Amino acid sequence: MSTTDGLLIVLFLALFLAPAPLLGRFFYRVLEGERTWLTPVLRPLERVSYRLGGIDSRQEQRWQQYALALLMFNLVGLLALFLMLLLQAYLPLNPQQLPGLEWTLALNTAISFVTNTNWQAYSGEGTLSYFSQMVGLGVQNFVSAATGIAVLVALSRGLSRRSAEALGNFWVDLTRATLYILLPLSLVLAVLLIWQGVPQTFSAYIDAQTVQGGTQALPLGPAASQIAIKQLGTNGGGFFGANSAHPFENPTALSNLLEMVSLLLIPAALVFTFGHYVKDLRQSRAILACMLGLLLIGIGVSLWAEWQNNPALASLAVEQGASLEGKESRFGITASVLWSVATTAASNGSVNAMHDSLSPLSGLVALFNMMLGEVVFGGVGAGLYGMLLNVLIAVFLAGLMVGRTPEYLGKKLEAREVRLLVVTLLVMPLGVLVLGALAVSVPGPALAISNPGPHGFSQLLYAYTSATANNGSAFGGFGANMPFHNLMQGLAMLLGRYGYILPVLAIAGSLAAKRTVPQGPNSFPTHGPLFVTLLTLTILLVGGLTFLPTLALGPMADQLTLFGGH
Amino acid sequence: MNVHTQPATAAAAPAPGKPLWQPALVQAFVKLDPRQLMRSPIMFVVELTAVFTTVLCFLPQAGVSTAVAVQITLWLWFTVLFANFAEALAEGRGKARVDSLKGVGQDLMARRQTADGLFEMVPAVGLRKGDVVRVEAGELIPGDGEVIQGIAAVNEAAITGESAPVIRESGGDRSAVTGNTQVVSDWLLVRITTNPGESTLDRMIALVEGAKRQKTPNEVALDILLIGLTLIFLLVVVTLQPFARYSGGNLPMLYLAALLVTLIPTTIGGLLSAIGIAGMDRLVRLNVIAKSGRAVEAAGDVHTLLLDKTGTITFGNRRCSAMYAASGITAKQLAEGALLASLVDDTPEGKSIVEYLRALHPMSEPARGAVTPVTFSAETRLSGIDWDGHIYRKGAVDAVLRFLGLSRSHLPDVLAREIDRIAKDGGTPLLVCADGQLLGAIHLKDVVKPGIRERFAELRKLGIRTVMVTGDNPLTAAAIAAEAGVDDVLAEATPEKKLARIREEQADGKLVAMCGDGANDAPALAQADVGMAMNDGTQAAREAANLVDLDSDPTKLLDVVQVGKELLVTRGALTTFSIANDVAKYFAILPALFASVYPQLDALNVMGLHSPQSAILSAIVFNALIIVVLIPLALRGVRIQAANASQLLRRNLLIYGLGGLIVPFVGIKLIDMALTAVGLA
Repeated sequence: MSTTDGLLIVLFLALFLAPAPLLGRFFYRVLEGERTWLTPVLRPLERVSYRLGGIDSRQEQRWQQYALALLMFNLVGLLALFLMLLLQAYLPLNPQQLPGLEWTLALNTAISFVTNTNWQAYSGEGTLSYFSQMVGLGVQNFVSAATGIAVLVALSRGLSRRSAEALGNFWVDLTRATLYILLPLSLVLAVLLIWQGVPQTFSAYIDAQTVQGGTQALPLGPAASQIAIKQLGTNGGGFFGANSAHPFENPTALSNLLEMVSLLLIPAALVFTFGHYVKDLRQSRAILACMLGLLLIGIGVSLWAEWQNNPALASLAVEQGASLEGKESRFGITASVLWSVATTAASNGSVNAMHDSLSPLSGLVALFNMMLGEVVFGGVGAGLYGMLLNVLIAVFLAGLMVGRTPEYLGKKLEAREVRLLVVTLLVMPLGVLVLGALAVSVPGPALAISNPGPHGFSQLLYAYTSATANNGSAFGGFGANMPFHNLMQGLAMLLGRYGYILPVLAIAGSLAAKRTVPQGPNSFPTHGPLFVTLLTLTILLVGGLTFLPTLALGPMADQLTLFGGH
Repeated sequence: MNVHTQPATAAAAPAPGKPLWQPALVQAFVKLDPRQLMRSPIMFVVELTAVFTTVLCFLPQAGVSTAVAVQITLWLWFTVLFANFAEALAEGRGKARVDSLKGVGQDLMARRQTADGLFEMVPAVGLRKGDVVRVEAGELIPGDGEVIQGIAAVNEAAITGESAPVIRESGGDRSAVTGNTQVVSDWLLVRITTNPGESTLDRMIALVEGAKRQKTPNEVALDILLIGLTLIFLLVVVTLQPFARYSGGNLPMLYLAALLVTLIPTTIGGLLSAIGIAGMDRLVRLNVIAKSGRAVEAAGDVHTLLLDKTGTITFGNRRCSAMYAASGITAKQLAEGALLASLVDDTPEGKSIVEYLRALHPMSEPARGAVTPVTFSAETRLSGIDWDGHIYRKGAVDAVLRFLGLSRSHLPDVLAREIDRIAKDGGTPLLVCADGQLLGAIHLKDVVKPGIRERFAELRKLGIRTVMVTGDNPLTAAAIAAEAGVDDVLAEATPEKKLARIREEQADGKLVAMCGDGANDAPALAQADVGMAMNDGTQAAREAANLVDLDSDPTKLLDVVQVGKELLVTRGALTTFSIANDVAKYFAILPALFASVYPQLDALNVMGLHSPQSAILSAIVFNALIIVVLIPLALRGVRIQAANASQLLRRNLLIYGLGGLIVPFVGIKLIDMALTAVGLA
């Protein structure tokens, strides 16, 4: 590692952390309808949206109504996208004359984008028309992220309101999140990316003469706008198959840094938004410290692993610096590792290197990041509400030790909340372990695996983990596009999304209805180093205990096979 | 014996006769009955697993010798038995006390009033709410109830441990009677207020018997989480076989069963019930009956304690603390006059004056029979004696002045000043006169109980505010409040004001505890999150409250808070310990389990355990033995000291969190060495 690498890490951390407090405060204000400098521009647009949708923006919803609105909205989005992908051949903006998708792939893709997963069992440039990309996927890139923000906002209100019935209005939260948060930031990022050379055009692909004399079709399209929201909305679905390892999707070192920063920007800022909701920024700092700690552990382990010499090559007469195979040589090791950790931490799923080629240990970090349920920053909104569930578990487990029944921010945690928490705890094991076990038990699905031994097992494990965690990144080397995986992973994605959202909204509703116990020096402290440590250990313990055996059969065995006996 | 004042001896005293562990050992086997074990879901899963492995013992298995299979199976059964034993032991301690009471109640007959006003003999167990019974001197009262006619002395030693009989009469605040207490004089007509199975005694039994015990809300919530964790581990273990098969191995079913049992939270699952019972038992030892576990848990959460001044903060009665002679009167004259005026006054105040003066100015006193007593009456508001032609009187300032035909302005300046000062200090001034001459003033003072100030300071550290409730005027109340060190005062309190205050605190989200005895306390007792009624109070109060103190000692509310907190801390500590244990168990079992699939995973065998068999066996043995090791802690409870939440958390996390991580590494290694040494694995 060189000084430049160190500088890159520091720059990366500084760029997404520094704006978080201000941005978080801004998010809070726009989400609560307060006046900001964007209001004159966007307020008329917001009003028109409500009028078109026939929505009374002052009408608040109970959690059941909120959840119903969310489900209906997502269901309509899913069906529309599914049909669009099936019928893409008959729709405009299809200069390459691409045919409609096979129905399992169309369903898988529709679910994937509605659930903010962006698992792609296809290659964008060879499968999707510009219409499908922009109107289909592009819209879901925005609204799936906005849905996550809405759920987080509902939970924050649940924790901060006293003896209240309503959690806010889903339509209002969705509209404001899209208009005031996602659109402006995407616009800025898209312009920056175009400046760096990312294409933004409706023209057809270009046939180029290669140096060897052959011809190559260079895919183009409205990429910059798509990539901006792909990163900011923690979607991760690349415009091109190679995602951000593709030179048109990620042309320069600066674009690489910008894309990396933007995938953690909103999740980090939302931590402060939460603090404003509960009127206690100490809570934000504690949660952020825990997230940052886990991120740094991941980065540290991965970097260390990647800079190791490969023992398999030790006897050969080659000079080894680091394992560059499968990494984009334009970015090098550090930028690739940073991205791999950040993208799996943030439930983004975009990649700038093939995770299949990561050393087993950094592959394990990427896997484990997702297995924790995407709570290390995590998806937009989704990461923080997932983290808050972990906070509730930590408080429930250890809270008794101060001699009071457990409470978080003055809200007592009782049987009903715990029952809902348990439901969310079961999501990852169900999606990863049960569906994964099914995939290896029936004949056929295992054919998707391209490597023998533990590494091959990691491929499958990664695919189901990525789907359930709504991450969407691929390990690479896993031939996912077969009906079994398309359907099962579709199921995993739905489970991973709504298996959290519905219990979270129910918890929010039940917490909102409770009275708030005053906080004092004898309440369970949910800020400060002690709690940060407790929270971190709880997350690692719950995730670790659930997945250690499977990790042992995958990346751990892989690592020990490689390094065993040395 | 008054159990409350000597809790230490009560707790230490072993039950006479056989030791407690013997019946508990038998009970451990009885409790294997799945219908009973269902109440403890984690242990039920362990029992099912044990049945499963027992069957496996008879089937030949690749890779597992029968000797190892039998050992694993035995230890799984031990795990269940140990947990049952813990529960039985906890029950035994409480039941030893209850059983002796239960014996008395058997075959008791009651004289029940029939519709035509006559009485018939029926078994006491058949009495229903609303039945009216007559109880004669020497008989046991057949059930909890309210006196509707008559007055009698009742010996409540069986319930309270207090040997002096108490008076029970209809109306007023002393009308409630408890079943199995004995009428020692006169007779009572009692209306039974509980149905069979709902009496105080039944409640006591229900608190300490696992099969009947109602789980507390937090216990229910914790149960749900533990079941959730069990489900997760079930998924982990069940899916491990297909994954291993894909990886080209085959895991012995027996090892998977062992893995499941070591992973699921058996330590806390096995001890949860014992912790709950032991907590209630501590309450029973304090002679406090909880109508539901909820109240005990709420006691741990209480923010505000509403305490009656009289009887709780101060000794129930005012005591003589000083005398002031009028001008021209010697101290001896005043002392003699005051002593004689109080000689036959049997109120606590009167007695305190006599006590005070006997120590200060001993004199030869006339025999009680030789004097003509003048008792206190509402009209004169004076008391005293006529003796040897002299008239001695004492009473409130106005009453004595009126008796002497004087007006307030006739009071000598010195005396008037003293009287004002006494009143300002929160005391009560009395005047003494003899033969129409004013002798001086007596200072009656509310005496704050020793140690109560420190107690409040301790509570403050635990985040609990104390509010003193008194009928006194604000000035008097403030003086006593300052002396006792309470945080707030509710002066000139009426039942309505009390109720309003509770609602006000609750509106802020606070939990409120209070105690009371009068019928007019009932609404406030019902409103409070924790309401403790005095056993000698009214039936209305006893019904409205969720705790009843058999000793009628309001200070016990402080002990109840302590018990509630200890209960919660113990539960949290063992949960944390139990879950932290799993890390070491994984490091023991995973390399052993996958030894045939990926031998290189032996790198995870950080403890250097001898062989796959010994590793798995050691983990399962540790898992069973740790329950036994923790039984004393579960029964005794984790002590809490006055500290803020951060300090408590840091300390307990270090002991039970970090300890829970480290202890099993050491324990499993030691067991592995022992098993290898004796050749069992």
